[in-house]
Order: sequence, then structure tokens, then C-alpha cells
Amino acid sequence: MAENNNNKKEDILPIYTSKDFTSDRDVRWCPGCGDYSVLAQVQRSFPQILGQKKEKFVFISGIGCSSRFPYYMDTYGFHTIHGRAAAIASGVKTANPELSVWIATGDGDALSIGGNHFIHLLRRNIDVNILLFNNRIYGLTKGQVSPTSEHGKVTKSTPYGSIEYPVNPVSLALGMEGTFIARTIDRDPKHMQEMILRCYKHYGTTLLEILQNCVIFNDGAYEMYTNKETKDDNVIYLENGKPLIFGKQKDKGIKLDGWKPVVINLSDGKHSINDCLVHDESSKDLAFILSSFYDNPSLPLPLGVFLDRQRNRYEVEMENQIADTKKKYGEGTIDELLMGPSTWEIK
Amino acid sequence: MNEKSNNESKEVPEGSNGKAQIKSIADVTIRFAGDSGDGMQLTGTQFSDAIAAEGIDMGTIPDYPADIRAPAGSLYGVSGYTIHFSSHDVHTIGDQVDVLVAMNPAALKVNLKDLKKNGIIIANEDAFDKKNLDLAGFKENPLEDGSLEGYNVYDLPITKSTLEALKEMNLPQKTALKCKNFFALGVVYWLYNKRFDFTLNWLEEKFAKSPELIEANSRVLKAGYYYGETTEIFTSRFEVKPADLPSGVYRNINGNEAVALGLVAGAAKCGIPLFLGSYPITPASEIMQNLSKYKKYGVKMFQAEDEIAGICTAIGASFSGSLGATSTSGPGMALKTEAIGLAVMAELPLVIINVQRGGPSTGLPTKTEQADLLQAMYGRNGECPVPVLAASSPSDCFIMTVEAVRLAVKYMTPVIVLSDGYIAQGAEPWKVVKFKDLPEMKVVFRTNPDGFFPYTRNEFLSRPWVKPGTKGLEHRIGGLEKQNVTGNVSYEPENHQMMVDIRAKKIKRIENDIPELEVQGDKDAELLVLGWGSTGGAVATAVENQIAKGRKVAFAILKYMFPMPKNTGRILKHYKHILLPEVNSGQLNKIIRAEFLIEPVSLTEVKGLPLKALKIEHKIEEILKV
Repeated sequence: MAENNNNKKEDILPIYTSKDFTSDRDVRWCPGCGDYSVLAQVQRSFPQILGQKKEKFVFISGIGCSSRFPYYMDTYGFHTIHGRAAAIASGVKTANPELSVWIATGDGDALSIGGNHFIHLLRRNIDVNILLFNNRIYGLTKGQVSPTSEHGKVTKSTPYGSIEYPVNPVSLALGMEGTFIARTIDRDPKHMQEMILRCYKHYGTTLLEILQNCVIFNDGAYEMYTNKETKDDNVIYLENGKPLIFGKQKDKGIKLDGWKPVVINLSDGKHSINDCLVHDESSKDLAFILSSFYDNPSLPLPLGVFLDRQRNRYEVEMENQIADTKKKYGEGTIDELLMGPSTWEIK
Repeated sequence: MNEKSNNESKEVPEGSNGKAQIKSIADVTIRFAGDSGDGMQLTGTQFSDAIAAEGIDMGTIPDYPADIRAPAGSLYGVSGYTIHFSSHDVHTIGDQVDVLVAMNPAALKVNLKDLKKNGIIIANEDAFDKKNLDLAGFKENPLEDGSLEGYNVYDLPITKSTLEALKEMNLPQKTALKCKNFFALGVVYWLYNKRFDFTLNWLEEKFAKSPELIEANSRVLKAGYYYGETTEIFTSRFEVKPADLPSGVYRNINGNEAVALGLVAGAAKCGIPLFLGSYPITPASEIMQNLSKYKKYGVKMFQAEDEIAGICTAIGASFSGSLGATSTSGPGMALKTEAIGLAVMAELPLVIINVQRGGPSTGLPTKTEQADLLQAMYGRNGECPVPVLAASSPSDCFIMTVEAVRLAVKYMTPVIVLSDGYIAQGAEPWKVVKFKDLPEMKVVFRTNPDGFFPYTRNEFLSRPWVKPGTKGLEHRIGGLEKQNVTGNVSYEPENHQMMVDIRAKKIKRIENDIPELEVQGDKDAELLVLGWGSTGGAVATAVENQIAKGRKVAFAILKYMFPMPKNTGRILKHYKHILLPEVNSGQLNKIIRAEFLIEPVSLTEVKGLPLKALKIEHKIEEILKV
């Protein structure tokens, strides 16, 4: 993103505070909703982005609780229709690549009704940042099963338990050749800020899955990852170049047993840190293995950057094609275009 | 060769071959028909380009199967190309065909119903073998069994002659056979006293890298021409004199090309970039394909993952300061509905092109219809007014698209342009418009933060357009109801009523900004034929023919469907009878009755075909009891 900063030298770049990104609208999420944390972390992260003017930020959203997000940011914003944020954001960024474009979306908005736009945005690698608020439930419509709800889950629309299996957003994004894929959680503000800044820095589509608690319809969905007693044994933080270890005493690690990731005990005298997988953000293969930890009770939940790699961006290639064509054939006049390849004159 | 032309035909001095006489005629319709692999579209465009270059007015229409490559010789694999050319102003592709070139039995079978009595059939007799006759469902060979009595049949050995002409070149048989359409073209050039230089030049350019193909096609073309000249089977040749067209530079254009050019020219006139978000769909795909070529004009064409993304990327582009546009046909239109509502609520400019085809559902993808009018007018949730324009001819697609751009940016609204399969693929000569002569529509983005609110309004009730990236004007818009002026979300009852009223009034006021409905024809007419969109050509032809017969008739072509020109009601109430032909089951008729409380005579037909002038004439005669 930083390369798109077209500020003139004489401009003094303003220093922002989180207040500069706070709009005058009252925030209307339920008290205790995880969305408050996401809003606060975005408003705290953006002032840390130096060299980007506030008026360049655009928030696009679809429909759902999280899609109210743009109203609370004092940036340009467009609250659109259900599922279409990724498509509208693709148009915004392709037409006007100078902007820093962000999507606020939920699991229903992005993965159910908007699934098609979501996967194609990742495939095109347009420089748009997706903040995916995943609470594994439909909140705004008051408690129906969502595409990330667990099999068997009882909701208002599945009184006898859900008979479908959930989407794994990270695996899906990997399958679409996503170039930056990360996960964070509402109750770890520092980590979320770090991830938001990483998203900004990446060239291309970024997916940040944010595990977010719905206090009304799915309270406690992520309790085991946030409760002080349990979280250290159930969460593993991914750090590039570092061995995959976790646990309160940092005494557990991940190693590959054939193709199968398993947890090893580093204090049992049989294993050492040298047996552990070392995280490599550039490896798609490792990212796939790590993405499979999702909903696997025998493995910890990874938070952090799964994958960070470079690939050509759609909007840049489009601008290049236009520039190349103009260079090769010259900028045509509209009159030439209207004339077409062959004309005749009647006198 | 129709009634009118017979009156005018006169014997002229002998032609170059010294045998057949050249008759001057006013008006001819030719159809080339063959297998979809026979090159009929190319043959047709060559002939039409050659005659257009002589200043003869014409209209053309391709007719091809929906299948990519249907089995050779089958009825559903027949591809055709019709050219209507005339020394008069041409409004349609002609009701009936004067000359049918049939490259095989299936082509004859499919097209015979459109051929006039006494019409000419030029058939490739070599293709009328047992296999092809079976495929076409002929028990006997129609060229031999007398069933074509009443037509002038010329059975020519087109395949044999083609191979003969190429004998010395030792080409693979498959390549040689591909040239046979040029034999037919050569014959027709001779028959209509046209020089074949045009096609020779085209060959030189097209096959610059394959001299062998230039040579082969030229030989066959000439062989066809000289076949006409040296054999004595044709007793007459025909000549159509150039039409009396206004002076100027002309080109051939079809409706889809015209839409693409209209979008580029319109955006350029606005001084903003053009962004088309679209998804391939018959018969509109040509628009996106053309725009993808116009990169040197800075056009961004985004082939989206689906119809919804097509319009949504366009809305995103408009939000970010470009002219967003999307092109589609009926099924795609249905999918875009919700997003059109968003553009209405967000009050963003957007141009939506619907090249209508036969419906409902997948319907008749390659056939024409005007049955999406009510969808365009009312097919959205809520009170959701959108201007609707309808183009009346291929070249009018340019004018109406530029109009749509003008209205979209001036009134900050989506605008729907209705084209259809007939005018989208039909072509006609177009007197090229100069960029400087297009209406002014320069866009000025709001940059002043003083007193800015996103839903303040100017004298046209339009809200300001702000390009994201502009300092101090950060704001939020969206699909939820807006508070007047501030644009904040509002569920207040009084505010909703006010906003619904403002949005309606804004669009209604466009009637002050469009041309009045124009009546042509007899001043004392009791009957007005009201055409809309692509029926315009048939309506004009029918009324002109009736006037020539002394009938007191007039016509008007409606192109602004919503809002309608201010004088529409006054005009319609002036006449004793209103005849309203349309290619649907009476959609405009419903609107006219509801709007003006009058009862037009509705003439409708939904066969996937353009309306015939003759059908309208019969109805006129019925109403006038003549």
C-alpha cells in the first residue's frame, strides 16, 4: 500500500490520533460485542500508518452487524448490500488505485451470500484488505446458523442441530491462491493491531479472519481461546522463522508425523525444540497444514500470519496494460475512435 | 423487387457481359444462408460493406444458431445473414427476402418461408445429396421435384466450380472447400452489378501473411463473378442506385458497437474515466469485448465473476469517481436488480445497458424481444425510480447511450438503456458524429468542505459527487434510508416520505431536459402509430408506405420511456386512434393506458423476430377500414 502514497514533498504529513478516525455517530452494537474491539484496534492502528493521508482510506461493507463498521470510521465509507462488499471494493480499487480500500464483513456476508465475490477477489489479488468478523452465527437476523457454524449446532434455524459442515476461511483463501492470510481474535488487542498493520503493508488482497464473540447469539464460542486458564494451551501464535511452540510453560510444540501434525511434549525428555516445525510465512504447503488445525480438538488454534507472499495485482496489471497500449499505439482521439476502421464519404 | 420497386424498375442499357440486361430497382433484400461453418456471416458483411461504400443505404442482420458448431447439414445449424439495401432511406431489414442464397438443403428449408413469391433462389446443387437432403428432412430433391415452382431457381455447381478453380493450386481439399462462400459472393456481385475490388482489397489485408489464401479466395471470387457473366442462366442483372443520404463521412455500425462508442465518448465528454463491469451474455457480450480493446483511450473493462459483481464493481467505480457502466441481457438484468436499488439510494451515476432477448428465463438467447420494459420500469423493491431510455436503431444506440451518460452524471442516478438483439446485431450506415458536437456534460466533483453534507441538493435536486481522496469531505453513504441533507441513517417516518418524494421528483424533472416527442407523417391524420425502441424502423416504413397509398397516418417513436417527453399525453390525446405495435404482450400499452387513460390499439407479437412493417400496415388498414 505504501507505494501508492502520492503526496507532494511540500505537504507536511499530518500526525493522526485514533480520534481522527472516529466519526460522530453513536456506535450501536450490543454492549460487550467483539466488534467494539475491532473498531478500537483499527482506530488505534491507522495513526501508526505513517505517510498515508486519512482521506485516502475507504471502508466498504455489505450487510450484517459488522457491516455497520464504516459509519463509525471518519473516513470515506460505503455501506452496501448483502454479500457484495468484495465486488464493490474491487471496483473502487481498480478504478482508483490511489485509495487504501478496506472491507468490513462477517461470516455470512463474505462466505455465504458473498462467497463468490470473496473467492474471486482473492484470486485477482486486488490490493484490498478484508477484515472478516467471524462469530459463527447470524447476529443481525437474530441467531440463525452461519456458514462457519459447527456441525450439530443448535440455532433458531437448526433446532435439531446443523446438518452441514463449516467453511474454513483460511483454507478457502489458500485454495484461491490468496497472498496474505492471517487470523486474530477480538480479545487480543495488541495482536490485532499488529495484524492490521501487516495487512496495510502487504501488496495485494489480505484476509484477516477475526474471531469475534457474539454476546447475544453465540456467547462463549471462543471462550477456550480467551479464558486466562485455557488460552495458552489452546492457542499457538505463528511467528515467522520461529519454532511452533505453545503452552503456559512453552513446553508444547508441533511436529510433523509423516503428513500429520501432532503435539509433542518438550519436557518429556524425548522431544526437544529441534523437533518442532519452524514457521515460514512464505510456504503455501505449511500454511495448508496450519489451516487444518481449525476445529481440530487435538491441535491448538493458530493465530498470526499463515502466508505472506507476492503475486501480481490485478489493478496494477490493468494500469500497466493501459500505459503500454498508449505507449505503443499513442493516445487516440475520440474522433478517431468514432471513425472506426473504414469509412466512406458522401458528397 | 417489391411492389414499389416494380413500379420504378426500368430497362437500362446493356451490361458489361452483353447478354443479361441490367434492371434498375429501388429496393432488395438478400439472404446468404448455409451451415454455421460455411462463412455466411463473412460473406454477408463483405457484400454489405461493399455496397455501403457506394453510398447505398441499407440495414443488415445476422441470424446464427445458439449452438457453437451444430452438426453440418442440420436444420438447427443453419446460419444466415440478411442485407436490405435501397436507393431510399432504409429503416428495417426488410419484411421478406428477394434473393435467397442456399448453400445446402437445410438452409433452403429453414429460410424458404421468408422468400417472396417469384423470389430468386441461388442453390449450391452439389450440396443437395442424399445425406444432406435427409438431414434437412427432404424426401425428394426440391431442386428437381417441382416443389419450388413459383420461384426463380438457379442451381449452380458451387462446390465443383470452387474445386475446379483451385485445381492448379494443390490445396488440401478442406482448405479449398472453405472458399466456396466466395463463389456465391462472386455470383451475387455480378448479379447486382458490383465490383469485387472491395473484397480483393480486404483479402490482401486480412491474409497479408498467407498469400496462398489471398490467391485461393480471389480465384474463387472471380470464378463466381465470371460464372454469372459467361453462363447464360441469368437473364437479368439488377442495380440499386445510391440513396440520397446527407453528405458527410459514413461508417457501418451495429447497435453493440454503437453502445460501446457511446460509453467511451460520453465519459470523455464528462472528463472522467470509463469503467465497465460486465459478465458475458448473449447478445450483449460484444459491448464488453469492444470496450476491452479500447485501452489506449484509458477504458477499464472488468470481466466480473457474475452479473451481480458486474454492476457492483461499476457502482464501486462510480463511487470512486469514474463513470461506472454495466452491460447485460434480461437474465443478467434480473440479477442486477438489487444493486440498481443501491445506486438509486446512494444516488450515484451508473449506466445500465440491457440488450433484450427472448424470455422468460434463458428464453431465446439469440432472438430479439422487447419484453423487459416493465422490468426496467418497475422491477425493483421499494419506490425506486430509474430513467429508462430505448434506442430505436443501431446508430441510435450511440445517441441514447451518450444521453444516458449525460443524465446519469447530471442527476446522480442510474440510467437504463434498452437495446435488443435486433438492433444490437443489425448494422446500418451511420454518419459519424463529431466529438465536439456531442452535448456538454463536464463533471465537476465537489472539493469544498465548507457546509458540505452528502445529501444537499442543487437546482436539479442532485446531490454532490465527491471523489474519495478529497481532503475534508470524508463521508459515509449506503443503502439504508438517508436523513435529508446529512445523509445519516434515518428511520424517521416523515423523513422517509420526504426522501421517497425527492427521489421521485428528481427523476420526473428530467422531462424538462429531454426533447419533445416528434410526430411525422400526415398533418390531418386520424391515426397515430406509436413505436418505441427498435419497432421504430418498421413503424416508419409502414407509415411511409401507407402515406404513399394516400392514407392519413402519422407516427412517433418513443425513446424516453421514463420519464416520457412532456408532450406525450397531449399528442396521444390528439388522435382518434393510436396504434401501438410492440414485440411483447402489450407492456407499453399498459403504461400508456395507466398514465394517460386512453385506449390504444395494441399490436403485439413475440416470435423472437423483429416486427414486420407489413403486419403494421395491415393493422393500419383494418383500423382505417380501407
